[in-house]
Amino acid sequence: MLLQVIVIIFALFALSRAVLRFKDKRLSIGEMIFWGLLWIGAMVVVLVPQITVFIAKEVGTTRGADLVVYLSIILIFYLMFKLYVRIDSLRSDITTVVREMALRKKK
Amino acid sequence: MKTYIVIAAFNEGKKIGSVVKELLKVGYSNVVVVDDGSSDNTYSVASKAGAVALQHIVNRGQGAALQTGIDYALEQGADLIVTFDADGQHCVSDIPAMIKPVASGEVDVTLGSRFLGKSNAPFLKKLVLKGGIIFTRLLSGIKLTDVHNGFRVFSRKAAQKIRINQDRMEHASEILDEIARKKIKYKEIPVTIKYSEYSKAKGQSVFNSIRIALKMIYSKVVR
Repeated sequence: MLLQVIVIIFALFALSRAVLRFKDKRLSIGEMIFWGLLWIGAMVVVLVPQITVFIAKEVGTTRGADLVVYLSIILIFYLMFKLYVRIDSLRSDITTVVREMALRKKK
Repeated sequence: MKTYIVIAAFNEGKKIGSVVKELLKVGYSNVVVVDDGSSDNTYSVASKAGAVALQHIVNRGQGAALQTGIDYALEQGADLIVTFDADGQHCVSDIPAMIKPVASGEVDVTLGSRFLGKSNAPFLKKLVLKGGIIFTRLLSGIKLTDVHNGFRVFSRKAAQKIRINQDRMEHASEILDEIARKKIKYKEIPVTIKYSEYSKAKGQSVFNSIRIALKMIYSKVVR
């Protein structure tokens, strides 16, 4: 199926990026494992969709695809929250730097 | 007592010169203007007029600029810090009445209120500000007659205690929050606000007030 091929190619690409970022030390080992598991998980789900049906039944949704969508949305919201917090702390850091520069220039 | 006037200015090149000169003329010799990354000549106009001019190399918002000015004043050993608007809507003649309760040690902070005296605010502005008053009462538990007035006086002690982390307009509410949380003694003083076409154009839009309110709720939830 074409969709499967596309998803797998993309997942492999994303996986290689995660490994590369880990190699040049921009991702920590924990972050690399997180992204690695995520993309490997995506590949497994695409290749063997039946497992999602099995898990979905255990969890209480009927279709496997529904479960995947639910979990993805939760994950996306969580990542957005983390990004928001990160951006806010960056904002605060920038202000600190700008303030320090303004004060130093005057001394 | 060493009194510092702190003014946050963003693209106020047209007005800032006359505001600084007026303050210097009546004898406030320490006027600090924080140019918040303006794209106009605010910085040079302020320093030519005789103020100590500090410059944010990029715009960080009024809250951030005030904190920079306050930090500078504290470093210079200020006993009293007055925050004043750059657009000329505050009256220099109100300063002595604002300073007195802090200088005498009666309170640590005075807040200017345009509603304690007779108010000349336009109707819509009044409505939004009244909303802000109720909102602040609910969120910070602080009872005021005016909440987003940039005219304030801090004692050295109060200025050291209050830390402005909200870079943008939310800082006005944050200051009140800090006053309530740290149980700083405060008092409201009636002041006159001159609503000119210029200051109205530079002032906060009704829409922005809603954004400020949402941001305040958010920071309350996250803290």
